[in-house]
Amino acid sequence: MSKKTKKTWNGFSLKPRLDLPEGLWVRCSGCEHMLYRKNVEENSNVCPECNCHFRISADVRIKQLVDEGSFEEVSSELTTEDRLEFKFRDTTYKKRLKADEKKSGAKEAIRIGKAFIKGRGIVLSAMEPNFLMGSMGSVVGEKFCRSVELAMAEKLPLVVICCSGGARMHEGVISLGQMAKTSAVLAKYDEQGGLFISVLTDPTTGGVTASFAMLGDVTIAEPGALIGFAGPRTIAETIKVELPEGFQRAEFLVEHGFIDMIVSRKDLRSEIARLIDYCKK
Amino acid sequence: MAENNNNIAGGDYLEFEHNVAEIDRQMNELRRLSSAKGIDYSTEIRKLQKDQVTELKKVYSTLSAWQTVQVARHPKRPLLNDYLNLIVKDFRPLHGDRCFGDDKAIITGLGQIGREKVLVVGQNKGRTTNEKIACNFGCPNPEGYRKAIAKMKFAEKYGIPIVTFIDTPGAYPGIGAEERGQARAIAVNMMEMSRMKVPIICIVIGEGGSGGALGIGVGDKLAMLEYAYYSVISPEGCAAILWRDGSKAPLAAEALKLTSKDLTRLKLIDAVINEPLGGAHRNLHDTVYNVERYIVKNLAALKRTKIDKLLENRYEKLRSIGTSTSTAEEIAKKTLISRERLKEAIEKIPLAKPVPAKV
Ligand SMILES: [Zn+2]
Repeated sequence: MSKKTKKTWNGFSLKPRLDLPEGLWVRCSGCEHMLYRKNVEENSNVCPECNCHFRISADVRIKQLVDEGSFEEVSSELTTEDRLEFKFRDTTYKKRLKADEKKSGAKEAIRIGKAFIKGRGIVLSAMEPNFLMGSMGSVVGEKFCRSVELAMAEKLPLVVICCSGGARMHEGVISLGQMAKTSAVLAKYDEQGGLFISVLTDPTTGGVTASFAMLGDVTIAEPGALIGFAGPRTIAETIKVELPEGFQRAEFLVEHGFIDMIVSRKDLRSEIARLIDYCKK
Repeated sequence: MAENNNNIAGGDYLEFEHNVAEIDRQMNELRRLSSAKGIDYSTEIRKLQKDQVTELKKVYSTLSAWQTVQVARHPKRPLLNDYLNLIVKDFRPLHGDRCFGDDKAIITGLGQIGREKVLVVGQNKGRTTNEKIACNFGCPNPEGYRKAIAKMKFAEKYGIPIVTFIDTPGAYPGIGAEERGQARAIAVNMMEMSRMKVPIICIVIGEGGSGGALGIGVGDKLAMLEYAYYSVISPEGCAAILWRDGSKAPLAAEALKLTSKDLTRLKLIDAVINEPLGGAHRNLHDTVYNVERYIVKNLAALKRTKIDKLLENRYEKLRSIGTSTSTAEEIAKKTLISRERLKEAIEKIPLAKPVPAKV
């Protein structure tokens, strides 16, 4: 698939997607510098020139975040049923699932399990942007809830790496219901005094932002991450006004009071470990 | 047909109702002739009325998903204000979210439904152009959701049950809405409603637009009017993304399974409230009466349930959304196990003040 990186759209400025392009040498979509791929990867998939945080798969994320080899995955067997028998254009939801499974090597848009960060036990949920844009359907909602229940049962802090285009349209109201379901489970977790650290990465939008992503005890974001309820396109189309510079970026959300702190990817491990230590009872 | 205004739908026919419109036109013509020339056409008119009933039955028993969306958005469809006027006695609105403002897209207030004192929370679309603009076409901003949850917490404090009327195309996608945390407002409402210690009944009376609906849509009962719709995204939005063509909305509506019939089959709603023949817009009073009856009946049942049991049921209901039966059983087992493990773990913690063990 060819990637279209449109910079302008109907007169409204849109920043390019933060995917790391293919190839040995890549052009940073943030600063346009030519970068040697290996250097970028060694730098936690962050541009060494402009600190642009590229999107990474759940797999890479887990490797970067937790102590080596400590991730113990659970519920990986859950796969999606196409309860609506959803067809669109000349394809189907089932085909889309198959194709994305192949493309991403993931079975669904979230991976959950136990792990250690600097020796501190956690339950980790990491979303997979390469699987239907990290969207939340029944399996994502279910696995998220199981991760919360695991954290409750094992009395471990919960760390969630959010990365999602929102609720998954192909599952209709089943997807919508996951917003209520994940919020309800977090209410239980909250009552039991569990620590929930929500990490928002690029992009976190729609039904995921409007449910668990925004319910953290502490909410962290990666620099430059797009975070919002409605997508910038939808907003631009509705209000027909140019969106302000930096709108819906992590820095914008800090300014408006919805995020505790912005943490660079390379510091994420130590900041999470620090928070866990502070919240130990 | 501007002169055609003594028909039941008030002149606003949907495109699939052309036969119904034609019959109305014929009846009006006969009535005009009979009063102008003094000829008695009552037999013919009665026959036409019968034909119209047959036609309406036919059309409305086979509505497509997209047609249902049209009915749900009908300009004459009963709105929150109609319910407030007709079934809520002694209604007093309570304004403001105590943080930013008073969103007119969400109305909250105390009143009586049947013999029950309730807190009413509802989305308000407005009928006239001025009203529509004032309440932002029923698209709430964060302050609307914050007002809703503030009043719900007040109701919880005094044990007042909550009834919500859902009718929104969606939460407003605007710059201010994002700046003031639309996403967080909705998320907090769902979380708090899931554990609110009073009965909550939610009814989709028109459009159940995505997260915008959910922000006041978590409770013990979720009912829908027969031709309302409830969807994860608007059909137009879905078509624009998946079909890359907004005009494919009818196809998207079909695929999204957003009608009360489909949602009942998928076990995603608790009840369907019948609409009068030809849709709610043809008979305001019957519609409102059906809704009132549903509320009164269910409030009574919910009030009889002990609050602990009510919350447990609500939680189980939410926790099992979208899981297949086998997984649901598995979860029930797992939550039981984790609950027992948790209980054990808690029991191991030495307590300063011993509490009596539960039997
Ligand atoms: Zn760069």
